[in-house]
Amino acid sequence: MAEQALPVEQGVAAPAGESTLLRLAKYTVVRGVILFFTVIVGVYLTVLVANMGGYVDQIRRNEIREMVSIQVMNDPGLKSYTIEQKRQIIEERVRLEEKRLGLDRPFVVRSFFFLRNALTLQLGFAERMVSDTGSRQVRLIILERLPTTLLLFGTADLLLFFLSVFVALVLSRQYGSFWDRVFVALSPTSAAPGWFYGIFLILIFASWLRILPFGDLVDVPPPESRLLYALSVLKHMILPTMAIILSAIFISVYSWRTFFLIYSSEDYVELARAKGLSGRAIERRYILRPTLPTIITSFALMVIGLWTGAPIFETVFNWPGLGRTLFQAIGLFDIPVIVGSTVIFAYLLAITVFLLDIFYALVDPRVRIGGGGR
Amino acid sequence: MELLRDTLRELRYYPSAVVGLIIIGLLALFSVYTVIAIPYEEAITLWRGGENVWYRLPRTAPPAWTNLFRTKKLPESLILDSREGKAQRSEKPLSDGKQITMNFEFDFQYDAFPDDLALYFYPSYDKKAPFVSVTWFTPDGRELRVTDVAVKRGGAFRFVQDEKLARRIRRKIGDYPANVALFLDPASVEDGGEPTPLKGTYRLEVVATTFEPDANVESELIVYGQVYGIAGTDHLRRDLKIALMWGAPVALAFGLLAAVGTTVTTMIIAAIGVWFGGIVDEIIQRVTEVNLMLPLLPILIMIGTFYSRSIWVILGATIVLSIFGAGIKTYRAIFLQVRESPYIEAAQAYGASDVRIIFRYLIPRILPVLIPNLVTLIPSFVFLEASLAVLGLGDPILPTWGKLIQDSLANGALYKGLYYWVLEPSALLMVTGLGFAMLGFTLDRIFNPRLREV
Repeated sequence: MAEQALPVEQGVAAPAGESTLLRLAKYTVVRGVILFFTVIVGVYLTVLVANMGGYVDQIRRNEIREMVSIQVMNDPGLKSYTIEQKRQIIEERVRLEEKRLGLDRPFVVRSFFFLRNALTLQLGFAERMVSDTGSRQVRLIILERLPTTLLLFGTADLLLFFLSVFVALVLSRQYGSFWDRVFVALSPTSAAPGWFYGIFLILIFASWLRILPFGDLVDVPPPESRLLYALSVLKHMILPTMAIILSAIFISVYSWRTFFLIYSSEDYVELARAKGLSGRAIERRYILRPTLPTIITSFALMVIGLWTGAPIFETVFNWPGLGRTLFQAIGLFDIPVIVGSTVIFAYLLAITVFLLDIFYALVDPRVRIGGGGR
Repeated sequence: MELLRDTLRELRYYPSAVVGLIIIGLLALFSVYTVIAIPYEEAITLWRGGENVWYRLPRTAPPAWTNLFRTKKLPESLILDSREGKAQRSEKPLSDGKQITMNFEFDFQYDAFPDDLALYFYPSYDKKAPFVSVTWFTPDGRELRVTDVAVKRGGAFRFVQDEKLARRIRRKIGDYPANVALFLDPASVEDGGEPTPLKGTYRLEVVATTFEPDANVESELIVYGQVYGIAGTDHLRRDLKIALMWGAPVALAFGLLAAVGTTVTTMIIAAIGVWFGGIVDEIIQRVTEVNLMLPLLPILIMIGTFYSRSIWVILGATIVLSIFGAGIKTYRAIFLQVRESPYIEAAQAYGASDVRIIFRYLIPRILPVLIPNLVTLIPSFVFLEASLAVLGLGDPILPTWGKLIQDSLANGALYKGLYYWVLEPSALLMVTGLGFAMLGFTLDRIFNPRLREV
C-alpha cells in the first residue's frame, strides 16, 4: 500500500526558460486549486450525508411542532382560547419557527447555502453542544478543540517521519542483520490501527504499572503554573504518541528501507563509492534525495489514514480534540457540529497534502526543473 | 489455476506465509464450527437474553484457566439442581402433604470467597405455598439457620441481600457479608488476621413442607464463583465464549467481502479508465483524488448514526467509499504499461471487442499485484469493523469482537483490572489480522520479485 502514488500532477507544462520560482508557484497554484475543489466536493457530500437527503429536516420539523404545541398548551395567557384557536396559533408559530430556521426552502437550495456557509466556516450554532466557555457557536466549539488535536497528531506524525527515515537508513546499511529481520517480521503488525495499540499501552502503563495516566489532556485539577501544565500535558501525550508511532513505524521502516536498498544498488551510487565519498555523503546525496519524493508520497497517505482515525483514537484516549468532538456530536445528533468537524477534517487533510505537495515540489527535480512529465 | 498451484508451491519456503495460512485455515474451521454449533438465531437470542438466560453465571468473572497462574485459587461457579439429581432428596409423607429434604453437598477447595450464593425454588402447588427451612453446615460441624420462608413460584433467595440473614450473621459470626461469613475459617480472624475460607465439604439442607397432596418443591443452589468457564463472563453475566466464537465468522465475512468487493471493482474501473482513456480516465482520476481525501471513518460514523447500524449496510458503504481508493493509481500505472503491449494490438487487429480486451487481456495481467493487495486489505477491514464497534456503532444484534472491546471499555474493564475482557477479543483480532497480513506480505514478495531480491 505504501508504495502507491499520491495524486501528484507531474504533467504541469513548463516551457523552457521559465524560472524555477515561477514553475514552483505555478505548480503550487494548480495543486491548491485542485485540492480546494476536492474539499468542496467532500464537504458537499458530508452535507448530503449528514442531512440524510432531507430526512433530518423532517425530524426537526416534528421536534418544532411538538415544542410549539407544548408551549401553546401550557401558556396561561392562552387558556381562554378554544382548541380550534389554539390549533391556529400552533400552525402560525410552527410556520414562523420553520421560516426562522430556513426549513421552508427546498432541500437542494438549502444544501448549497449550507455548503457555502460550511466552506467559509460560518458554521452556525450548535443544537445541543456547548463549548467550554459556554458558547453555542460551532466555530468556537471546534476552534477550542483544534489545537489539542494538532498538538497530538502533529507531534506524533513528525516523530514518526524522522524516526522512520532514520531507522530505515540504519537498517538499509545493515541489510539482513538481526534488527533488519525483526522489522521485516514485525511489519505485518501495522495492520492494526493506532487505537488498538492504545488499548494495550493503557493496559500496561496505566492500568497495570500505574506510571502513566489513562487518558485526558492534563491532570485534574490542572496545575497552576505554566511549566507544570506543559509537563502534565507532555506526560499525557506519551501514550497516545507511542500508540500512533507503534501502529505505523514497522510498515514504514520496512517499505522505506526497501526503497533505500533499491536505490543504493544503482550504478551512480557504486560510482560515488568508487570515488571514495563517505557513506554519509552518499546516503544524503545519492540515496536519500532520489527516494524522498516516493517517501513523502507514502508518508502523506499514512498521515491521511491517521487523521481519519482520529475520532476513535481520541475517544479511546479521552483526548479532548476534534475527533472526540465529532463523535460526541454524532451521539447527540448535533448536525451543525457534525458538519463543522467533518469540514475541518477535510480542510486539515487538504492542508496536510498541500504542505507535503510543496515539499514534494522542492525535493523532486522533475517539478523543479520542469522535465520528465509523463 | 496454474498460477495458484505455483504460488502455493512457492509459499512453502516462507515460514511467515505458512504460519499465516495455518492461522487462516484454523479461523475458517473455527468459524464453520461456530456457525454449526451455535446457529445464528440461537447466538442472537442468547446474547440478547439478559438475566433470564444468564442468571446462573457470575458477573465479570475471568476465565477458569486463569487459576493455573494464581497462587490463590479463585472459586469456580457451582450449580446444583435437585431436578437434575444433584441433591440428595428424600420425601416423608405428612397428614395432608409431605416433607421433602434436599441436601446440597459440595467440596470447596479454594483460597477466596465466592461472590454470592442464591437458592432458586421451583414449587408446584395449588393454593397454599410450601414452607421451606434452610440450614447451612460447615466442614467443621457448625450450623447456621439461613432462612425460613414460604416459597412462591419463581421465588429465589439471595444470600447476600437478605437482611435477616445478615443480622443473624452479625450476631453469631461477625460483621461480614453472607458470602464471606458462610465460608469463613474462624481461626483465620481470631487475632485480627485476613479472613480466609475454610476448605472442606459444605452442606446446605433445604427442608420443605407442603400442605397439599400433589404439591412438590424442587430447588437449585448456585454458588457464584470468581472465575467461570473457558472465556469468562461480562457485566451482564453473559458467557463471553459466544461473542468470541461468533466474532470469527463475522470478522472473516466482513473482511473478505469488503476486500474482494473493493479490489475487484477498483480493478475493473481502473481497466476501463485506461482502455477508454480521455474523458473517462480523467473523470476516474478526479473522483479518486476527491475520494482519497474524504474522511472515511467520520462518514461511516454518520451513516451508522443516521441510517442503519446493520453490519451489511456499513459493509456496503465501506466498499462504495473504498472503490476509488489508492489502489486505482497502482492498477492504472500497470494497465498503462500493458496497454502498449503488442498482443493487445494484435487483439484489436483481429477485431476483439472492448469488453473482451478488458476482461480477457488486461485484467489477467494485473493479478500478481491484485492478489497480495487483496489479502493485505482484509485485516484493515476487519479492524475497521472493530473500530466502528468500539465507537458504539457496531451491529446492534450480532455479537462481535469489537463489541466485546467496546463493552469492556465502556464498563471500565481497564480501570478495574478485568484484563481478560479486553485481551481475549483483542488477541483474536490481532491473530486474525496478523494471519492475513503475513500471507499478504509474502505473496507480495513472491509476485513482485523486485522487492524479493533485496
